[in-house]
Amino acid sequence: MGFEGIGASVRRREDLRFVSGRGTYTDDINRPGQLYAVILRSPHAHARIRGIDTAAAKAAPGVAAVFTGDEMAADGVGGLPCGWQVKNKDGTPMAEPPHPVLAVGKVRHVGDPVAVVIAETRSRARDAAELISVDYEVLPAVPTLEAAQKPGAPLVHDGVAGNICYDWHLGDKDAVDAAFAKAHKVARLELVNNRLIPNAMEPRAAVGEFDPMSGEYTLYTTSQNPHVIRLLMGAFVLHIPEHKLRVVAPDVGGGFGSKIYHYAEEAIVTWAAGKLKRPVKWTADRAESFMSDAHGRDHVTVAEMALDRDGRFLALRVRTQANMGAYLSTFAPCVPTYLYATLLAGVYTTPAIYAEVKAVFTNSVPVDAYRGAGRPEATFLLERLVDICALEMGMDRVEIRRRNFIPASAFPYQTPVALQYDSGDYTATLDACLKAADWAGFEARRAEAKRRGKLRGIGISTYIEACGIAPSAVVGSLGARAGLYEVANIRVNPTGSITVFTGTHSHGQGHETTFAQLIADQFGVPMSQVEIVHGDTARIPFGMGTYGSRSIAVGGSAMVKAAEKIIAKGKRIAAHLLEASADDIEFKDGKFQVAGTDRAKTLAEVSLAAYVPHNYPIEELEPGLEETAFYDPKNFTYPGGCHICEVEIDPDTGVVEVVNFTAVDDVGRVINPMIVEGQIQGGVAQGIGQALLETCVYDADGQLLSGSMMDYTMPRADDLPNITVGTAITLCTHNPLGVKGCGEVGAIGSPPAVIGAVVDALKDYGVRHLDMPATPHRLWQIINANRPRMAAE
Amino acid sequence: MYDFAYHRPSSVADAVKLLAADPDAKVMSGGMTLIPTLKQRLARPSAIIDLSGIQDLVGISVSASAVTIKAMTTHAAVASSAEVRKAIPALAEMAAHIGDAQVRNRGTLGGSIANHDPAADYPAAVLALGATVHTNTRRIAADDFFTGMFSTALAADEIVTAVEFPIPEKAAYVKFPNPASRYAMVGVFVAKGPAGVRVAITGAGANGVFRHHAMEEALARNWSPDALEGVGTDQEGLNGDIHASKEYRAHLVGVMAKRAVAKAG
Repeated sequence: MGFEGIGASVRRREDLRFVSGRGTYTDDINRPGQLYAVILRSPHAHARIRGIDTAAAKAAPGVAAVFTGDEMAADGVGGLPCGWQVKNKDGTPMAEPPHPVLAVGKVRHVGDPVAVVIAETRSRARDAAELISVDYEVLPAVPTLEAAQKPGAPLVHDGVAGNICYDWHLGDKDAVDAAFAKAHKVARLELVNNRLIPNAMEPRAAVGEFDPMSGEYTLYTTSQNPHVIRLLMGAFVLHIPEHKLRVVAPDVGGGFGSKIYHYAEEAIVTWAAGKLKRPVKWTADRAESFMSDAHGRDHVTVAEMALDRDGRFLALRVRTQANMGAYLSTFAPCVPTYLYATLLAGVYTTPAIYAEVKAVFTNSVPVDAYRGAGRPEATFLLERLVDICALEMGMDRVEIRRRNFIPASAFPYQTPVALQYDSGDYTATLDACLKAADWAGFEARRAEAKRRGKLRGIGISTYIEACGIAPSAVVGSLGARAGLYEVANIRVNPTGSITVFTGTHSHGQGHETTFAQLIADQFGVPMSQVEIVHGDTARIPFGMGTYGSRSIAVGGSAMVKAAEKIIAKGKRIAAHLLEASADDIEFKDGKFQVAGTDRAKTLAEVSLAAYVPHNYPIEELEPGLEETAFYDPKNFTYPGGCHICEVEIDPDTGVVEVVNFTAVDDVGRVINPMIVEGQIQGGVAQGIGQALLETCVYDADGQLLSGSMMDYTMPRADDLPNITVGTAITLCTHNPLGVKGCGEVGAIGSPPAVIGAVVDALKDYGVRHLDMPATPHRLWQIINANRPRMAAE
Repeated sequence: MYDFAYHRPSSVADAVKLLAADPDAKVMSGGMTLIPTLKQRLARPSAIIDLSGIQDLVGISVSASAVTIKAMTTHAAVASSAEVRKAIPALAEMAAHIGDAQVRNRGTLGGSIANHDPAADYPAAVLALGATVHTNTRRIAADDFFTGMFSTALAADEIVTAVEFPIPEKAAYVKFPNPASRYAMVGVFVAKGPAGVRVAITGAGANGVFRHHAMEEALARNWSPDALEGVGTDQEGLNGDIHASKEYRAHLVGVMAKRAVAKAG
């Protein structure tokens, strides 16, 4: 056994089954007697349903049942709940219109589920779905922020005036206004954060099952958090008590946030399995994924920074409109508020900040958290604005950042937007990244590129994010309808192997490896002795799942707490066996040892004694060696760092090539450097995707024009450079491992660096800012429009 | 997909007989367009006549003046053929960059041109090289073969059997792929040969592949990228979509054409 504890780049043990096609994903699960569900979806963005005729579909061969929204509602099925309530400026609650599992009365986006057909085969179900006749009265649609807010715009939900979900604010408006009044200069920027479609490799799927003997329901689903689904679906939608509902999230092929939420199809297959007394499976095809998985981002923002004579930031004012889509997805309201405006200090000492956020309903797919969730939007805004500040002040982009950094000596640092950062050293990550990217040598590379006819530019982003979500009381006070602790149960088996049951969920992150390393390290045993179990509410204790880069910071901390309990108990057992005082027992390298002697018992010996308690302090201690710990974090964690991007643009075509990308991140203590590097590279790939390639496009009627891989540009390997990843860490001060989290930093830090590089490459063309994605078409338009002017100059 | 009858004849004659007997039947060669269309239920043919059982439709032969490629020859076979690489390297290279490896191993020349997708690569080669399309009944000049988007001169019961490409003096193909689909958003095939100078544009035209006569005239006078300077492309009849406006496509036709001439040498 080589070194495989904390800090070792151990190969991912789960990859053998993933890369050899032996994983068990939801669609791989087939239950005896299983039926297949196909969802009929709305082809219209906005329409009244005058009637649905399902008679022909019900009579079609192989059809077991056809259900509509009215029928499910009549059976007492509730709407999909929202898990976070945001309040308006005046303290009133946000508008929270109903979100039926199948449309009732109206459809509100293309893809809105209208009816379900359940049949012996998927093909039969599809055939029958085509026989359903829906009488639609098509209504004018408002698919975009602009359309939905025009005076007199059609209402997505009757009774939600102006299509406004909430009008929220954060910060000190008076202090900001006062600072602007005395500012030396004001930098202003209007920008769009483009809507993204997540596209996990595995489409969503769900299998519902009901056992009439026990009355127990089982749902297999593509989820990042099976207990959250059990709670929401059981309590709010289907009214099934938790002890009669098991939710299993087996191998899941990527989530990026899109598999956090409770979706209609999960409730439909579970409910239908109960009605029909047969298992029911639904699997999305890719087209359904595009029109039914929660989308990400979609902000329009005006931001202004007040500066003093020296380029110091005095105040920041931000007005954002956020597209919620047609309904509130599970955690949608918190994304453009508490995960966004709270990050607007960034890594800077800006003393006064005021943000207003208006959330708007539109005739589009619901929007919710997507890798980074609010923090990429905050970071893009702030880092682009800082570049504009540098331009306005005639200052160097690096120098203005340095001048405004929160100094390493200032931690813990209280920002004016609620968060208290515990640790960080922004100058350290900046300097390391400048060096690794050879920032100083850039102008020579630009000149060399020019000789080849290419426009070369460099961009930089110095960012922070808040992850490891989150102290339960804090998020509760901000409107969360859930706690955000995590749980670990550690079972030392009688012969000394260890099974760990975690409430987090792995859907590509490599938890089975990272957590096994952590446990091996805690107990001084080989990784081969450790098994990580997740994803099944019948096996694991009540945990909150994986999102917001929380698994190691919150879930890992719970494991450390549970391990501490095991070791404390083990010491008492060992003391008995070794006839010593428990205070004299040390636990080290897998052994309980009487301090200063060679008398010791291994973990396996202690465990055997605990389960075969013949010689055991039975009067004082319960038998067995199994402990559970719930860990509620004391604060968010605050990863941060510096990303530098270099691009080359072909002026004849507008094609951008990312030629260099360097990231130096502070993610706290690193358990497995290889996995962390992979997480950051993956995040950067998604960030480059947002910056250069991806965007969701609706036409004026609300039709999804970018509704397939033919028209939605996912990043491919040949779109990406080699991504150089480094770390320069400071430890988190409030969790036992000093870890911060690495899952989202790549997607948060990278987009402004990429756009900064494109803008820099085009600086001779009068470009100050560009919205994403910077496609060849748009860049050519800019180059072409500015060519005559350049020639004239 | 919907149910359909499936036939796998072993001769062209049998295939034509099946096709003539059933006006709603569809011929399938590699199936690279037809199968996704069926899976999405966008087509409902009564029968599929799969040509993959006809051995006589596969193969490449090269004479002193022409390369003849039978209809069911895959893109991969054309790309890797030493004879094609020697005789018309531009054709082999074009075939090597169609779709991805899976598509190249299944997709065929005959299927590509009979489908005449406006973003397909092969129609540009057929038109620019002045090829002759052989069918079970006749020979059709390239200029007469492509009649519009997804439409050709083929009769309802006519099957492409081969394409005969005259060997040019110089030729090259350069494409600008659609960023999402990687189909040609603009593809330009230039050739100088027995049929004179010919320039064919794919990807850009709303009616499919077309010849660029102004460029042909300019290049006939002076075969060099510079000769194309200032030779515009009429935006009328070009495609405009979320990836590229008509104006951008027209511009890219010029850039790709210059690059193709430079590449042809």
